[in-house]
Amino acid sequence: MKPSPWRDLAVGSFVLIGLAAIGYLSLQVGGVSYKGRGGLLLYASFDEVGGLKARAPVAVAGVTVGQVKSIRLDDFLRARVTLDVDEALELPVDSSAGIRTAGLLGDQFIALEPGAEEELLVSGEEIAYTESALSIERLIGRFVHDSGIEND
Amino acid sequence: MIGRRVQGSVQGLGRRSLDAVVGLGRMAAFVGTVASHAVRPPWRLRRLVDEIFDVGVLSVAIVCLSGATVGAVLGLQGYVTLSRFGAANSLGAVVGLVLVRELGPVLTALLVTGRAGSAMAAEIASMVTTNQVDGLRMMSIDPVDFVVRPKALAMLFAMPMLNALFIVFALFGGYAVGVELLGLDGGTYVTSMEESIDLRNDVAGTLLKSVVFGALVGAIATYRGYTSEPTAAGVSAATTSTVVTASVAVLVFDYVITALWGV
Repeated sequence: MKPSPWRDLAVGSFVLIGLAAIGYLSLQVGGVSYKGRGGLLLYASFDEVGGLKARAPVAVAGVTVGQVKSIRLDDFLRARVTLDVDEALELPVDSSAGIRTAGLLGDQFIALEPGAEEELLVSGEEIAYTESALSIERLIGRFVHDSGIEND
Repeated sequence: MIGRRVQGSVQGLGRRSLDAVVGLGRMAAFVGTVASHAVRPPWRLRRLVDEIFDVGVLSVAIVCLSGATVGAVLGLQGYVTLSRFGAANSLGAVVGLVLVRELGPVLTALLVTGRAGSAMAAEIASMVTTNQVDGLRMMSIDPVDFVVRPKALAMLFAMPMLNALFIVFALFGGYAVGVELLGLDGGTYVTSMEESIDLRNDVAGTLLKSVVFGALVGAIATYRGYTSEPTAAGVSAATTSTVVTASVAVLVFDYVITALWGV
């Protein structure tokens, strides 16, 4: 087959477009969900994390400031969650962390509520005040139980 | 009388099983030879570029068109079903995951088998029929090195690119139907897609699948062509069996990869 510059150009463009498509899939579509800065590592222990997963968003007043880095069981059989949030964030030491659900059937995320202290949380510290995930089954169970007592 | 007939059918089963095993072994030996040539110079880059043109560039149009159509129809079907549960906002996640995990690599492999794999087998088979392969051997040129290797490598190389193109066009097709036609919010569509697709599991998985499928289709097409009967019927048999075997192999390996890696 005779060498043809046009054919070489077509193959070169094909390779470039193919690599661009792979890059688009990897970086844009498959990228991490939170693209902001991390650096401030905080820990929080919960009695119940429900459906919380690693990479779930961490939000202050509804604005995403970081993500859940890992979830594991600690020595006291509570769920120990590591949060990776923007290091520029100035959170008071008495801030609290709660597991919330976006909408009725949405994914779970961690909502941080700033406290009132002057002192700020630094990397590696523990968030003392936590609020576990709301379990619908437990809620219904309590409701049924309570209404049963009232009927007696 | 009946005993002899039973004996005959059992013998037939045994012969067919042996043939199947011998065929698989021959193919494995052939793939091994091609692979050992592939990592040794001379690299024959000019031959490789020509084959990538045939397999890759000429398949771009059909892959992009099919991708856009598949994405659009997924958007439509997904919308109808999801809106029944009031979950139409996760259309982006559904379309994206289905495409990246399954439909992208599998449909691309099936399309490329029909578009380029059959042509590859037919070309080699007619070279066998017209004694061109023997002619190469007479000039002490190894036909596996000169003819088979560039074709198989081109298939391996072009498949991931075509797969990525297919998925990107399908994502745009789904976006066009979901957002432009059905009026979903564009930001919600894109965000739910981007949040549900994971780089390590989904995107790496689709690339792994397409590389494996490329190797499979390339190996089957060249093997069927290279071992075809040197007759006109042999050419058509090689083409047919390439399409049938490669399609089945792609579907079976898709299940195996999904089961093993969970992608």
